[in-house]
Amino acid sequence: MKKLFNRRNFLKGGLATTAAAAVLKNSDSKAAGDFTGYPEGMGVLVDLTRCVGCRSCEAACNEEQGLPEPAKPFNDLSVFDELHHGQKRRTNEAAYTVVNRYDVPELDHPLFKKFQCNHCNEPACLTSCFVNAYTKTPEGAVIYNAKVCVGCRTCMIACPFYVPTFKYSSAFKPQIMKCIFCYDTRLKNGDAPACVEACPQEALTFGRRTDCIDMGRQRIRETPGKYVDHIYGEHEVGGTAWMYLSSVPFDKVGLNTHVPKEPIINSVKDFLAMVPMVLTIWPGLFVGFHLLATRKDRVIEMEKEKELAKQNEIDEKEEQV
Amino acid sequence: MKLFSKERPEIPIVDHLKEDGTEWTIKEKLWLGLSISEYKKQFMRNPLNWLMILICSVGIPLIIGRFVFGLGWVTHASNDYPWGLFLGFGLFGMVPLSASGFMLGTTVELFGRKDFHSIERLALLNGLLGYFFAVIFLEVDLGMWWRLPYPMFVSLGPAAVLFLVAWHVATYLSVQIAEVLPALFEWCGWLKGKRVIRKYVLGLTVAGIILSTLHQGALGALFCYAPAKVHPLWLSINFQWIHFFCSSIFAGLSMVIVVSTLIKNGMGWRCDDEFLDNLDYVTIGMAKGASYAMITYLIIKIVAVAHDQEWSYLLTGWGSYYMLELAVAVVLPMLMFAIGIRNHWVKLIRFGALIAAVGIIWNRLNTSLICYNWQMYQEIPHWKEIWITVTVYSFFFMTYRFILYRLPIVYNWKGEK
Repeated sequence: MKKLFNRRNFLKGGLATTAAAAVLKNSDSKAAGDFTGYPEGMGVLVDLTRCVGCRSCEAACNEEQGLPEPAKPFNDLSVFDELHHGQKRRTNEAAYTVVNRYDVPELDHPLFKKFQCNHCNEPACLTSCFVNAYTKTPEGAVIYNAKVCVGCRTCMIACPFYVPTFKYSSAFKPQIMKCIFCYDTRLKNGDAPACVEACPQEALTFGRRTDCIDMGRQRIRETPGKYVDHIYGEHEVGGTAWMYLSSVPFDKVGLNTHVPKEPIINSVKDFLAMVPMVLTIWPGLFVGFHLLATRKDRVIEMEKEKELAKQNEIDEKEEQV
Repeated sequence: MKLFSKERPEIPIVDHLKEDGTEWTIKEKLWLGLSISEYKKQFMRNPLNWLMILICSVGIPLIIGRFVFGLGWVTHASNDYPWGLFLGFGLFGMVPLSASGFMLGTTVELFGRKDFHSIERLALLNGLLGYFFAVIFLEVDLGMWWRLPYPMFVSLGPAAVLFLVAWHVATYLSVQIAEVLPALFEWCGWLKGKRVIRKYVLGLTVAGIILSTLHQGALGALFCYAPAKVHPLWLSINFQWIHFFCSSIFAGLSMVIVVSTLIKNGMGWRCDDEFLDNLDYVTIGMAKGASYAMITYLIIKIVAVAHDQEWSYLLTGWGSYYMLELAVAVVLPMLMFAIGIRNHWVKLIRFGALIAAVGIIWNRLNTSLICYNWQMYQEIPHWKEIWITVTVYSFFFMTYRFILYRLPIVYNWKGEK
């Protein structure tokens, strides 16, 4: 007879499994829980007090990303008065970044805010995507792979900043269109994105995300009263690579202050945790219900069988007699 | 068909054999035993078919246009409202109404309530077709519709809620096909297949419960991705999945009551005595089940408001709308069911079921469209989008009717089983 395993092999196997489990568990616990961004991840600090609304960043982005030429040229400032459904301009398939003007009553001048993908640490688009089309690169960019995307647009639902847009105009090659931090052409090589380079006002500062936060804090500290004491994006939805400094409350410059402080995926974890439980508990539970519910029928059947057996016995005896 | 079935004894077909002892061919069965000219006649006589022709004559070119010119040609191409009617109605509305399959499968096969046997197949078919057309709606909506199998085989993102929806809807669709196949096998006389499925029926039913719990819930959980967009009253991070699951129970049952009423009134010739005689009894039974689900749903909706401390929202305009929804779509049909069950007023139950079924679509549209981006602006779908939605729904209607006319769903097959 062949032995399937002896004691020594069993011990070896057991040890190996334990070791593997320990290693795997370790790497697991690193990935799950509180991911606060890649340590070397880059970011940009947007200082609203410095922006003059020249739209140079929009023009640079348009050129860098090879986007179609807009109807109005980039030096046309009348776009700031445009309203669509009562909303200011937003990103779309032809513009990865837009600048909007905000008239704040307390100030004697308007404020301008550049907006684009904020490149979250734990992006909602990425965590909601069921084909893994998104990647958060160690450099800090959230990039997108059009080759696997099916066009379900859940990322657009999930993004708390309304960033991803869809190329609705295309029937055969639609895809998600969004800022990718100039990953392919610049960030990969350690260069600043085109918009940052184009800014004449140094309203955009490119650097390591941690350094950007330091710099933001420094500016707040060194010029008391100039800024709201908060860096928008430091903690919003778990932290973003692009962050904002403002002289007025952030909701007055079109930044949603009601977004959760935790990554969006945390809102979904309750449900995700329930899934394996249903998968494992339901079968036993419901087969059990079935056995309970049909118990009476079974009892009746068994009694019938018994009676039948008895009858047979009697018959057999009679035959023998 | 009503006329033909009166004039000719062999119609409707309920057996493999004709009056004279020869067998019906599959082709004859497909034509309902009529000659082509007779078939045409009955088709033209039905005003519903004219309505279908009208809808499709505009709708089919629109659908072709959607695939040739892109989604932007039929919708407002909104980046603020990425999901429109195709998903809001077609997926989020159709799926709960299709919960009937697993509900009655469970009742009959798992709990052994053979007294609901006469309605079981209709409920299973209702589930199968509802899911199938939800997938059709999804295909109309997907940007790259030809990549439907990608989440299964090409690029997997298993930590996403939609991944669960995709897998569960796909596997559940297969389970439902397996559950409805016996009717087809009886009809075309391939009994071996039926016996094979019969063996696995308990397994299929349990699989149905698991998959339904998870993906009905998952459809709700999808909105948990948008905690800052959906109005807080329609979104409960902790309980959203159970709200969606629980409401699908009475939605599915109400849908079967509605469909069976339509069948009884418009397709009486096709039903056999077992179906018609039992219908009032099973309707009352289903209404009982639905009322339990409704009261549970109502309570957990209130629990969610309490849990998230949202009482102050109830005093706003949105709050009134929310309470209106609960009052009309849940409390009203629940009371109608209760009174109907007590006094055996089946008509009242049937009317209540219609309200509940429409009410659930209203709830899903509220969550996905009306109260989505509640702080922004209201998106009103493009007329082409509405027309396509109606067209796909009429495909659903026609397929449903096509199958009911033929397969032994609301009647028992008289031939070998």
